[in-house]
Amino acid sequence: MADRSALFELVRVRVLLFLREPEALFWVFVFPVIMAAALGFAFSGETAPIAKVRVLDGPDPSAAASLLQRLGADHGVNLEVEIAPFADEVAMRREISSGRVDVLVLPGDPPRLVFDGQRPEGAAGRTAVELALARTAPGAEPAGEAELAPMRERGSRYVDFLLPGLLGLNLMSTGMWVIGFALADLRQRKVLKRLLVTPMRRSSFLLSFLLARLVFLVLEVAALVLFGVFVLDVPFRANPFDFAVLSLLAAFTFAGLGLAVTARAQTLQGASGLLNFAMLPMWLLCGVFFSYERFPEALHPYLKLIPLSALNDALRATMLEGRDLFAILPELGILAAWAAGAFAVALTIFRWR
Amino acid sequence: MGAGSTAGIPANTGAAVRVTGLVVRYGALTAVDGLDLEVRPGICLGILGPNGAGKTTTIEVLEGLRDPDAGEVEVLGRTWHKDAQGIRERIGVQLQETDLQRKLTVFETLRLFQSFYRKRRDLGEILERVGLTEKKNARIDDLSGGQRQRLTLGCALVNYPELLFLDEPTTGLDPQARRRVWEIVEEFKREGGTALLTTHYMEEAERLADELVVVDRGRVVARGTPGELISALGAQSIVRYAPRSGSEVAAARLLEADFLALPGVSSLRVGADVRELVVSDTQAAVSALLQLFDSRGILLEDLSTHRPTLEDVFVSLTGKQLRDG
Repeated sequence: MADRSALFELVRVRVLLFLREPEALFWVFVFPVIMAAALGFAFSGETAPIAKVRVLDGPDPSAAASLLQRLGADHGVNLEVEIAPFADEVAMRREISSGRVDVLVLPGDPPRLVFDGQRPEGAAGRTAVELALARTAPGAEPAGEAELAPMRERGSRYVDFLLPGLLGLNLMSTGMWVIGFALADLRQRKVLKRLLVTPMRRSSFLLSFLLARLVFLVLEVAALVLFGVFVLDVPFRANPFDFAVLSLLAAFTFAGLGLAVTARAQTLQGASGLLNFAMLPMWLLCGVFFSYERFPEALHPYLKLIPLSALNDALRATMLEGRDLFAILPELGILAAWAAGAFAVALTIFRWR
Repeated sequence: MGAGSTAGIPANTGAAVRVTGLVVRYGALTAVDGLDLEVRPGICLGILGPNGAGKTTTIEVLEGLRDPDAGEVEVLGRTWHKDAQGIRERIGVQLQETDLQRKLTVFETLRLFQSFYRKRRDLGEILERVGLTEKKNARIDDLSGGQRQRLTLGCALVNYPELLFLDEPTTGLDPQARRRVWEIVEEFKREGGTALLTTHYMEEAERLADELVVVDRGRVVARGTPGELISALGAQSIVRYAPRSGSEVAAARLLEADFLALPGVSSLRVGADVRELVVSDTQAAVSALLQLFDSRGILLEDLSTHRPTLEDVFVSLTGKQLRDG
């Protein structure tokens, strides 16, 4: 009886403190939406060309002019074409590596293409240019079977890929920051020590962080999902119950990780260093902004085991493809395993003072 | 008011706190070295000692925050490893320099602490006691140092504690804020509560403590009521003198034996800027002292006497001033 009310008070205090922290509110609720908006609009241009192509003017001006005319013609392949005088090799490569140009075309027979095959724009650009040249070659059949139509269908655009990734990212960073940082702060200022001399149950105290986290979880997921659906027109095909179960599990997992990572941090600086150290690799490796399929195939089985990868995979499967819980069981299993491990470690090594 | 504060200690169990042979080490450093302590119910025991004497460490052991390396500790007739929750329910604690959650209000803070206990004092009554009724809805961020300190005291009183731990409760406060804290502690004492206090301030010890122990290097070096400690010094007064600027060299040539040979002088402290004699017969000692100065041609800038205080007891026991500097 007494203890239930202590838990209630602890949760109430966590919620109040969070609401009184304008910066935290910004990072949790506003920043993800701004990021989704910025990236969403940047990548949702419907008429964007497949590739930016530059024809280089060589010793034979007519050859370059003819290439320019062929590539710019209406052949079903949307290219942005320009012509420029020939520059030295180094300057050419710089244009490509900086992303100003995807494919350089040097007149000749056959014309020579320069591109960066490592970059998706380079590879796509090369295919597009080859197709355009083939279709405009003397005596070629008019464009027929193969169309290069950019995907414009809901659910398959970049912004559709991105939004679940941002949601996953937010679930991770909020969960880890809010809990890890708050505890390190309380430890550093010896508030934990003061609580320790009261009969407050240790478990109620830690549980209050998780429960308070859930209050905000609903709001933060709703903010990003609603923005995605109504502003960016991202599909939401998940069963709401399945989606809630997944979000809940993810919140617990990352709360546990935040707790484990900062379980012994004595200062705020120490805690933020540790949190960054834990989170930065996940920002990059876990399919937030681009798919982890881009990494060498041998790594995929390992990348999939990282909690944020599992969460992002599961979010995309439910949100975009409408899969149910059964279909994402492996990902749920990975998250649950991380949660269990993190809490076990955190509770073993947790330092109250 | 305060109906619960005297309940709980059956008279025959004796001490509210009993410590025997307490030892606490931090690595190679022995912070507490065989300390014995007993606090009888209903009194306020003051622990005096220079910085690093082991006061806070001792208190933290009593509060259950630290495990001792050796020794026995009993709080309210219980031990920490058998009945920690039972002790926590019945004590109130004000830690040295504890911060609270600054974005909470006074009322929210007290309500949180109150919720941890079975026995709960009415929050309105606590606010009244610590004089924060009007600040009830103020954030801790906006409180003065004294108000914050009264709030932490309020947090320590939410459960009608039988035993209150006060670790330097007024350090850093101005005299007026300090007196308001004392009044709150005195009210707690009037209702029969037991308190354990560490302090740097003689005035605080004299006003609040019924009994004192002086701790140095992790051991108790003296104990008794303030009056007992002062009379144990065996002094009628303390004589302080200062030579004039031209006489300093001559004054420095005087030996310890020269002073101790004077009638009524029992001990002395002569340092860079302290020249004090502990005397058992003020008139005889002062008159002999003046003759000694005349015979050596030493001119005085100043000569004063005062009745011995706890400060003098402390200095003669530990060789240190209570507060550094």
